[in-house]
Amino acid sequence: MSVVFYLLAALTVAGGLAAVMLKNTVHCALALTVAFAGLALFFLDLDAQFAGFAQILVYIGAVAILVVFAILLTKGSETPKDGVYSRNWLAGLAIAAGVFAVLGWAVLQSARVLPGPGGTPTATPEVTVKEIGNALMGRYVLPLEIVALLLTAALIGAVIVAMHEKEGAK
Amino acid sequence: MSEKADQIFVLLQHWLVSLLPAGWQQPGGVVLAVLVIICLFPALFALAVWMERKGLGRIQNRLGPNRVGPFGLLQPIADGIKSLTKEDIVPRSADAAVHFLAPVVLVVTVFMGFAVLPMGRNMVLADMDAGLLFYFAMGASTELAVFMAGWSSRNKYSLLGAMRAVAQMISYEVVLLLSSVAVVMMSGSLSLTRIVEAQNHYSWGLPHWYIFTPWGCAGFVMYAIAATAETNRSPFDLPEGESELVAGYHTEYSGFKFALFFLGEYLAMFSISGLGTTLFLGGWSAPFSWLGWVPSWIWFFAKLMLSIFVFIWMRGTLPRLRQDQLMNFAWKFVLPMCLLNLLVAGLWRFMGDGWPRWVVCSAILVLAYVGMGWGEMRRKHFGARSYRYAE
Repeated sequence: MSVVFYLLAALTVAGGLAAVMLKNTVHCALALTVAFAGLALFFLDLDAQFAGFAQILVYIGAVAILVVFAILLTKGSETPKDGVYSRNWLAGLAIAAGVFAVLGWAVLQSARVLPGPGGTPTATPEVTVKEIGNALMGRYVLPLEIVALLLTAALIGAVIVAMHEKEGAK
Repeated sequence: MSEKADQIFVLLQHWLVSLLPAGWQQPGGVVLAVLVIICLFPALFALAVWMERKGLGRIQNRLGPNRVGPFGLLQPIADGIKSLTKEDIVPRSADAAVHFLAPVVLVVTVFMGFAVLPMGRNMVLADMDAGLLFYFAMGASTELAVFMAGWSSRNKYSLLGAMRAVAQMISYEVVLLLSSVAVVMMSGSLSLTRIVEAQNHYSWGLPHWYIFTPWGCAGFVMYAIAATAETNRSPFDLPEGESELVAGYHTEYSGFKFALFFLGEYLAMFSISGLGTTLFLGGWSAPFSWLGWVPSWIWFFAKLMLSIFVFIWMRGTLPRLRQDQLMNFAWKFVLPMCLLNLLVAGLWRFMGDGWPRWVVCSAILVLAYVGMGWGEMRRKHFGARSYRYAE
């Protein structure tokens, strides 16, 4: 728990809070991006290069862009007059608290289950990008191939849907 | 002697750092390297702008800048002073915070990309295992800055330009990644220094650069197309098409913020050319083995400036694409060719040494290219050219 951790935690929580509290939807999306960046920096702080860069590449490079595109292409980009808060926010709060409790319980449990040197729960195994690559190409090659096939099929499918041109439309 | 010249900047850095007290040496070295990057590339930017204006002038039969300094060489300095002294105008309805942040985010993320580029032997700021992944992560973040600029300006031209830019950058990023994956497959590493080392061999005095293999050549062509589109350069410069959108996403920027966008665009060009050099053109390695005595950083920057020259040449030569042509080209032609190129790269890897793999891999790529072109042309039904005149 270093100074960096607390700085990043403050940044991420502030981004997350701003994402739900701000009035303008695009501002919310940008605040959400800040939260994503904070998470990525957490991964990097924990020496998890692959997870950190993948987080930036996927969440900031693709998901955030998708979110702002969706906001701009739909009609909801104007701020509603009667505020952005939903009426059943209490239920939302309960669900969020429940999810947080389950996640927190799982994280705390995992520290006890993981074997560490001398039985200490704070084990920090060195995981390099190379090891992740070896694991993906060795032990987990079948799931990887299935996911890759699925994604390539989706990609080609999207192209084929777009490829269909109307006859006589020049 | 040549060894000394090759490592001159590394030795210089070590000497400067050794002057610092012991505890400060490591952070001092990093700060020094960052400072060099922050100073060097804007200087190159000034040179490239001069080169571009002179080159375009030459192509268009005019003189280009020739008033400030010999051959107009001091023109970039004059432009810099001018943009610093101009008023910074923020439109009344603009979103001031986001409007301010957009150029900052753009320039910062673009600068980050330089951290992993090996600019010479032992000359890389952060030699990461996942260097290529880092580069693409930073490249993906620039899109958001473009969107922020266009949206916060509250101007229809800005917004249209930003939407075009983001759509274009997302489409061509797929191509950029897929064409680079072939290199990663072949060199077996995401580290850019490792990729350069894998290409730094010679047989009969000729280098083993990836561009000199069938899959590498095809990959490089697709990488170059995607890089041109990623940096919004002509012929893919519709996001800032002057005749349609004023200046696209930076229409409402003036003064130094505009200069930052201009800088960001050129820096993106440098960094993407540097990455292309690293991936396909052997990075800092010499083009012939007997030229090995020339310092490695000279080769890197020579290749970089050559790519910039090609960018300028293309800008002076090619007309602008239409939006639908741009999207069709990315998704229906370049993307399938990229997927095929991955297949060919795998084939190349497993066919072993010898000439058969050259024949098979080249034949597949050429046949696919010719076949796709032929099929597309047949579907188009080009008739006699028709003219319409104003009545």
